[in-house]
Amino acid sequence: MLHTAVASRSFRRYSTYVGATLAGIFTNSVFGAIMCFVYIEVWAANPDAGGYDVTDAVTYVWLGQAMIMTVAVWGGGSPDDLAARIKSGDVVIDFYRPVGILGWYLAADLGRAAYHLLTRGLAPTLVGGLLFDLRYPADALTWLLFAIAVPLAVVVSFALRMLASLTAFWLLDDVGPRTLLGFAALFFSGLTVPLVLLPSLLRDVALALPWATFLQVPADIWLGKTTGLEVLGAYAFIVAWAVVLLGACALVLQRAERRVVVQGG
Amino acid sequence: MVDAAVAYYRIGSLWVRASMAYPASFWMMAVGSFLMTGLDFVGIWILFGNVDDLGGFSLTEIGFLYGATGLGIAFADLFVGRVERLGQMIRFGRLDTMMTKPVPLLVQVCADEFALRRFARVFQATIVFTWAATYVDWTLPRALVAVEMVVSGSLIFFSLFISLACIQFWTADSSEAANAFTYGGNTVTQFPLTVFPSEIVKALTFVVPIAFVNWYPALFILGREDPFGLPSALQLASPVAAAVMLAVSALVWRTGVRHYRSTGS
Amino acid sequence: MTLIQVTDLRRTFEVRRKEEGSRRRHRVEVEAVRDLTFEIAAGEMVGYIGPNGAGKSTTIKMLTGILVPTSGHIRVAGVDPSRNRTALARRIGVVFGQRTSLWWDLPLRDSFDLLQKIYRTDPARHRANLAEFLELLDLGELLDTPVRQLSLGQRMRGDIAAALLHDPEILYLDEPTIGLDVISKGRLREFLRSLNRERDTTLMLTTHDLQDIEALCDRVIVIDHGTQVYDGTLAGLHERGGSTRTLVVDLVDEVAPILIAGAETRRVEGPRQWLSFPADASAAPLVAALASSYDVADLSIQEPDIEDVIRELYSRPPAG
Repeated sequence: MLHTAVASRSFRRYSTYVGATLAGIFTNSVFGAIMCFVYIEVWAANPDAGGYDVTDAVTYVWLGQAMIMTVAVWGGGSPDDLAARIKSGDVVIDFYRPVGILGWYLAADLGRAAYHLLTRGLAPTLVGGLLFDLRYPADALTWLLFAIAVPLAVVVSFALRMLASLTAFWLLDDVGPRTLLGFAALFFSGLTVPLVLLPSLLRDVALALPWATFLQVPADIWLGKTTGLEVLGAYAFIVAWAVVLLGACALVLQRAERRVVVQGG
Repeated sequence: MVDAAVAYYRIGSLWVRASMAYPASFWMMAVGSFLMTGLDFVGIWILFGNVDDLGGFSLTEIGFLYGATGLGIAFADLFVGRVERLGQMIRFGRLDTMMTKPVPLLVQVCADEFALRRFARVFQATIVFTWAATYVDWTLPRALVAVEMVVSGSLIFFSLFISLACIQFWTADSSEAANAFTYGGNTVTQFPLTVFPSEIVKALTFVVPIAFVNWYPALFILGREDPFGLPSALQLASPVAAAVMLAVSALVWRTGVRHYRSTGS
Repeated sequence: MTLIQVTDLRRTFEVRRKEEGSRRRHRVEVEAVRDLTFEIAAGEMVGYIGPNGAGKSTTIKMLTGILVPTSGHIRVAGVDPSRNRTALARRIGVVFGQRTSLWWDLPLRDSFDLLQKIYRTDPARHRANLAEFLELLDLGELLDTPVRQLSLGQRMRGDIAAALLHDPEILYLDEPTIGLDVISKGRLREFLRSLNRERDTTLMLTTHDLQDIEALCDRVIVIDHGTQVYDGTLAGLHERGGSTRTLVVDLVDEVAPILIAGAETRRVEGPRQWLSFPADASAAPLVAALASSYDVADLSIQEPDIEDVIRELYSRPPAG
């Protein structure tokens, strides 16, 4: 109950920035359109590059635009709030709350993700659907399978962002780790280019890393590349990363609690 | 002009010193920024693993386009990129404080939180540009046009950053829309414009003259006919486009400052 | 010599407001400041007071050139602030109470050095000023401390030094004592008084604290709802507003309401009684009279509240 309240408060907090949301939708749509024209040219020259056809590729572009803010590829969301509180020393209050820090911030981030999915996820996809021929999930089950994969991906992304923010306990400034994480996420999520286009060795590595859950794995469910029992395998992959990374967060938090630094105290 | 440059240097170097308060974070950010800005080109290079040419242009020719627009936005971002945070400075009342200092407001806004990591983009673009330039058949006129291209390109992005940031004098939270034109303009011009429909190319020529950043001068330097059959005079017209854009941005900035309403009562 | 001249000054803001019964937001024009006319001579110390949202900050922002007036004229040191903002900046100092213009992560010294360079203050002059302000504001030992580690009071003193290093003719202070403890407030007032005395710096300060005014200003301008409602001495303001101070007396025993000349008992709660007396009268004879006829355990004096004074100003017909 408490966590639902935290999530919905976070959802409402983001929904007050209407101007920012509209501006973001516009920007996502522009970038989506640019990349579509490029990919159309690429797939015209090589019609089955990476096992995708041109419709798959164009759809992938818009799924990518939809996921940028939803899984917060660039960073942001509730871990940023935590980093700010670590720097200001307010984090002490979080430690004295009767609920776990991790659950609290995860709920807040899921609330944010829900808002971003409904606005900055949905709207550019609609724009993309108007401008280009897209492929939609083949049946209701595929829609459902995709819909399950997205929040799981948010959890993985949350845990990674959280780890970057937690470094602020030691570095007192988390911009550096966040920049490095942003770099890894931008490339290994498949946002720069679809992971299926990578040279084979690099592709295998990329597909095993946690960032693959951000875009490539859900996109392949949507496009019908991952079907049947393979979907369970995909879920197991995402859940395994979520568990490992959340576990790491919990460990780090425990150590941080022992050495809480109160700035300027 | 000289006074403004000196003031910029003094304020900027103080910020650089301030950022050294957190050295670990500083270095991670420097490396992260360098890697991040290079990702676009890695993406293009990976696309070329799947095709031989893109829109009729080879990898080295695209490298030249990429490097040229990269240098343009890198120099603009280096000096005035910070202007996109104008809304934040307004919200926190920092703009008020700046307005009581005897240094032109724009200089203070742009030098604010100056960071050495912004050189990462210049560095990265220089590498790609230099590499691609070794494949160009150089003549004196072409070399002169190349210099003119980088200067005009920087000034066009410079003007775009400033004019679009001024929207924040009216609505403080829609800063992201500017990215569609600045970073979006950069992304568009990383590719040969033959990839895009001719209406878009005309809009990028006559409405928002981003095509002058690299496309037209590069056609001249690479010795190519205009694929859209537009007049070849355009290939030497980048300085005109830059001058017009500068004039527009000066006008918009002045209007914005006079319209400024501060915060609070 | 007139240093600041304000004539028929008016500034409006367009705001969007939801009206009752309507779901649409309407654009409404709000007058933050209207028909403001006053002059301030060089060397004056003027308190600019009024309730929250009265238009104090808006006025200061127009005087410094931050905001462009909707209509009317301003001359500060002979120039129009919004047209010559950058040039005027060399001749004025501004301190906004709740924000700092110092570099958060760097020692105070670095901020001061930068200011010397951007104001292009003569280096010898800068050194002399710095030495003097460090001494008077008791900042010497803090020079190498990063600003983020300073207390609010220390930071405020740092900001005031920063605003004065270039020898401004006018110093604007927006709520300079807000959030400071009693000792810091006292020191700051003492410093500002000596600044005005030694250097003849013109001072204009907005404040909520009538004690700031009492300690510093010979002249008060009161603004409410954007218009000027009073311009004169503080004593005159008290007289016109009929404002009173309150003596809170804790007696040893519960007794009937105190009867004493020059004061009026307003409230009795057990052994504690509240006596009001005119704000411009001295409390000393009252206290003496009290002590001679009652067993007093403790005493304290409450200053009149700006809001109360202004409310009184309205409820009474203007005298003369």
